Amino acid sequence: MSSVPLGFYLAVALFMFCIGATGVVIRRNPVVVFMCIELMLNAANLTFLAFARYSPSPLIDPARAQDTWMAGQMMVIFVMAVAAAEVAVGLGIIMAIYRLREKVDLDEMSTLRG
Amino acid sequence: MDFQQLLPKTPNEWAHWGIVGSLGGLALASALGVVISNSPVRSALCLVLNFFTLAFLYFSLGAEMLGITQIVVYTGAIMVLFLFVVMLLNLSSDNLLENVKDLRLPLGAFVGVAMFAALASQIVVPLLSVQQPMAPDRSADNPIGWGAPQAMGRALFTGYVWPFEVVSLLLMVGIVGAILLARRRIPNA
Repeated sequence: MSSVPLGFYLAVALFMFCIGATGVVIRRNPVVVFMCIELMLNAANLTFLAFARYSPSPLIDPARAQDTWMAGQMMVIFVMAVAAAEVAVGLGIIMAIYRLREKVDLDEMSTLRG
Repeated sequence: MDFQQLLPKTPNEWAHWGIVGSLGGLALASALGVVISNSPVRSALCLVLNFFTLAFLYFSLGAEMLGITQIVVYTGAIMVLFLFVVMLLNLSSDNLLENVKDLRLPLGAFVGVAMFAALASQIVVPLLSVQQPMAPDRSADNPIGWGAPQAMGRALFTGYVWPFEVVSLLLMVGIVGAILLARRRIPNA
């Protein structure tokens, strides 16, 4: 049985990650920038799952085989939790900034520039 | 390397490749839509489509539990949060990209393409021959698959219980922080 190769999933994840990184650079709307960050996090999740499924058996510690096999999926769970917390706090910050200056443009937020 | 060996042979395998490949293509197209569409609402809807196809890619990897979690958490909860903020801020389409001409667009595109080329040539190409899934799939003598809720729960509450507790603390702090940020009154406002 020749299954879909690991490279396919990696290529999809890599493309999504690069699109997300490009979006973070070129977009000015902070909400869209957040969406691009989510895109990058999900690309990392897909990579974790693909490697977890295709990882060769020499990498598996036989004493803890069950845990090692689940490591990728556990990582995805934790990334999802961190992403949820990050979105809640980040969108709260955007709301606070919007209340302060009535205009949400990342180029305008240059107070920290030295 | 002989690429002929990688290709599917039986009609069943061709169907599998076709389904997974079209899911991947849909994910890529919707990811592109997030970045290039002008209105934030359209970006958010493209992102919903992207997360949904990702969930089906997770299913194709045998991780059913995570696929369902992806649909519930991402396309359910997180995207609703995004759409709420877009609605509350009343962000009209940012036609700033046409207004301001600077180096950002070509520079960002160059960074993306360069990153893709570098990582693809160094990581994806050497791993092209890896094709055999190693994780224990659901079978006759192994009724609980690799990504079933039972297996996930056992791992989460035995080997990974401390990270799990730490994450619960993090979520708690996140909730409190979000409430504080949303409720704070600005002085003299």
